[in-house]
Amino acid sequence: MNITRLLTATTALVATATMAGAEAHTEMANEMTIVSWGGAYQESQLKAYVEPYLEANPDVTVTWDESSAEAVAKLRAQNEAGNVTWDLVDATAADAMRLCDEGLAMEIDADEDLAPAPDGTPASEDFGEEMLVSDCFVPQIAYSYTFGYRNDVAEWDGKQPESVCDVFDLETFPGQRSLEKRPHNNLEWALICDGVAYEDVYDVLETEEGQDRAFAKLDTIKDETIWWSSGADTPQLLADGEVVFGSTYNGRLFSLIVEQDQPVNMMWDTQSYDLDGWIIPEGLDEPQLARVKDFLYFATDTQRLADQAKYISYGPARKSSAPLVGEHATLGIDMAPHMPTNPENSEGAFVQNYEWWADYRDDLDAKFQAWLAQ
Amino acid sequence: MTDSATTPPSQPMAVLPGGEVTENGPMLAADGRPLKHSLNRALRREKLRAFLLISPLLVFILVAFVAPIAEMLFRSVENQIVSETLPRTVAALREDQNLPEAAPGEPVYEALYTDLFIAAEYKSHTRLGSRLNYESTGLSSLFRGTGRDVGRFDTDIYTDQFVEAAPALEDPVAWSNWMADDEIRETLPFTADAWDAWVTLTVEANEDDPLEEDVEDFVYTALYRDFANGASPSGFPDVDVSNFESVSIKALFEESDEDWVDPDVWQVIKTYSPNYTDGYFLNSVDMMNGPGGEAEWRPESEQIYLKLFWRTMWMSMAITFSCILLGYPIAFLLSTLPLRTANVLMILVLLPFWTSLLVRTSAWKVLLQQQGVINDTLVWLGLVDDLNRLQLINNATGTVIAMTHILLPFMILPLYSVMKTIPPSYMRAAKSMGANDWTAFWRVWFPLSVPGIGAGSILAFILSIGYYITPEIVGGTSGVFISNRIAYHISSSLNWGLAAALGTILLALVLTLYWVYDRIVGIDNVKLGG
Repeated sequence: MNITRLLTATTALVATATMAGAEAHTEMANEMTIVSWGGAYQESQLKAYVEPYLEANPDVTVTWDESSAEAVAKLRAQNEAGNVTWDLVDATAADAMRLCDEGLAMEIDADEDLAPAPDGTPASEDFGEEMLVSDCFVPQIAYSYTFGYRNDVAEWDGKQPESVCDVFDLETFPGQRSLEKRPHNNLEWALICDGVAYEDVYDVLETEEGQDRAFAKLDTIKDETIWWSSGADTPQLLADGEVVFGSTYNGRLFSLIVEQDQPVNMMWDTQSYDLDGWIIPEGLDEPQLARVKDFLYFATDTQRLADQAKYISYGPARKSSAPLVGEHATLGIDMAPHMPTNPENSEGAFVQNYEWWADYRDDLDAKFQAWLAQ
Repeated sequence: MTDSATTPPSQPMAVLPGGEVTENGPMLAADGRPLKHSLNRALRREKLRAFLLISPLLVFILVAFVAPIAEMLFRSVENQIVSETLPRTVAALREDQNLPEAAPGEPVYEALYTDLFIAAEYKSHTRLGSRLNYESTGLSSLFRGTGRDVGRFDTDIYTDQFVEAAPALEDPVAWSNWMADDEIRETLPFTADAWDAWVTLTVEANEDDPLEEDVEDFVYTALYRDFANGASPSGFPDVDVSNFESVSIKALFEESDEDWVDPDVWQVIKTYSPNYTDGYFLNSVDMMNGPGGEAEWRPESEQIYLKLFWRTMWMSMAITFSCILLGYPIAFLLSTLPLRTANVLMILVLLPFWTSLLVRTSAWKVLLQQQGVINDTLVWLGLVDDLNRLQLINNATGTVIAMTHILLPFMILPLYSVMKTIPPSYMRAAKSMGANDWTAFWRVWFPLSVPGIGAGSILAFILSIGYYITPEIVGGTSGVFISNRIAYHISSSLNWGLAAALGTILLALVLTLYWVYDRIVGIDNVKLGG
């Protein structure tokens, strides 16, 4: 019958496939396309991971594609067309989760595919569960959304904001604010400043009343808010004095404050953590996959992640990397105090719940956009 | 009836080879064939040649333009993912009577168990979860979480009990022989279906040999179901299952996540189980499929698309209108100046074309923001109070200003090329007959330039409807278009079905407006030049 015939045929097929797999294992492709965000962040990856790797493997050539911002859509299009041209993609944790859900990213076994810490701790423990938020995700850095504020506002009478709730205090701290044009973080901050405890935020936000409460809190500053959609907006608005408060990635504020020396201060209070890392697209052929895994093993080891912090103020995702963080490569300043994960800064940090957002993002985004348009 | 109505119409005259005209019969060509045929043949050859000449372009348009649009139209209604991922569940749901009041009965959960087990192996359950999450919040994690659990469900008690009762049931080779027997397959329908699924799964997804693998629990669960239904196939180990310890699959699902016994969740799955759906289109106009399956409005706090469609339309019209206001005098000036001067000025018009769109838009930011050049100048002049600076950007005003700047050349160029063709002597003739400048312009020049306005307006309007980068950067919240939401659904939420539906509606709106324009102004009245 058909099933028996199918069985014998497939047995042969499986056997050949396994043999081919074993043979190809030694063979690695020499070309690799890495997708990242461009700018200072990609530069830090180039310096910390790619250049040392190329030095050890001179035959390999790396092509960069600065498409991370559209990675989810492009990868889906490539996958539908059956022609995946990317080998390794840098993505935020939320995007990685979505890619994993869509079957566009490969599952990764942390202990098998990633290097253990120098003291032998397996990778899964070194990163920890709070970093490995998706089965497909290899975290590199922890960054945070936090506020910067002008320290020269005359109307503030010398007062300096200390808490994220000062953003909602138009009496003491008048002036325009800039917030991101999506619900993430904004709703959480609104609830926290409305008196909700950190651990209850998502429970409250799940309910209709909780959402109304968050929007009502945001309503109090809505008229004084400019909504940003690109990470470069807030630094520009702060530098031009267009806003007095602004949320953005902590690395952008670092370069605004330390590298460009603008009259802006960093507020670490209730910074909201987010993660960025690698995913391997589903559907790579054997030699390509072997090369990517080889690179990934190298690029996410303890030293490499620590090295990246020389070039950008994002915290390494491994616990074992933290003590190795040194000085900025060109400015020569100690980088540890500028890391969002530095103990002094991380006190009072808020941790986003990705799984929760994966559920509520479609719904809340519609509500948020409708609220904005009112 | 009158006489004239009954008289037959006059017959066409036929021409004979010699040129003679006959009363009846067809016209003939020189070779004696009917002239009509010869003509047709010659014309056909010519048509074919012309067709071959344009065929590369035609193929290109079909592949690069028509096919993507057709695909977009298709995506806006396509919804095969549910029935493809959960085929057995969808079939079982059709039989179920419990919905919408209560959660479905055990057979649906048994079907879901097999479907979800397989989907989890293929990792397609999370995709389905994301798809259904567009319709009902929470389904994404429901599928992700239970997909993780489903392989560890306590159904192995069936496996153990069957193997204990008949050890041959552990042997995959024996299984494959039984399942090759059509009679057994007929008496054990669920088992046969589960077995086939397991074989395909083992070969395709795990690349293993089913003859060497342990048969999965869900096959034994299906076997229990068949036996419990009273099947007693010949040639198959006869097992008495009446004393078997059994387990409710529904309870297992409830244990994994209690949302599985929520009738609302099942109603969503049922509503979206057909292969085609109107859900995306309903969503595009702020509606949704209600619990009973009928269309209803979304809660007011989620209504946004109609508002955005309306805003896109009126702002595009405002932009087009301000393009006419600014572009008309420039085009007039260009067409009346001597050619040399006009050419120099033309370069100024074209200059924005050669500058990056992002640079131009960012420049407007510097100019228009509250601490920007324009506000600073106005404050310095004393026209505006320092504490009440004008809000010129991050709102609708910003979008109109920046977009007018970007689209102005598209208005000026057709206007200019039409005005160039208006002979100056017309104006002189009008004046010689006593019209003053104003009358001559309104009565003679302006009507002749209307085709240029039509062409420029259509260009500017259609371009502005689809713009999204500029509104995104300078539009704030009150100046963004529907295209910004389309971009969001394409690149961020991955809800391509909704993006396609929004795009389809936008396309339909443009075509409708084009039709209205044709009815009112007439499309013959549009000129791009000459």
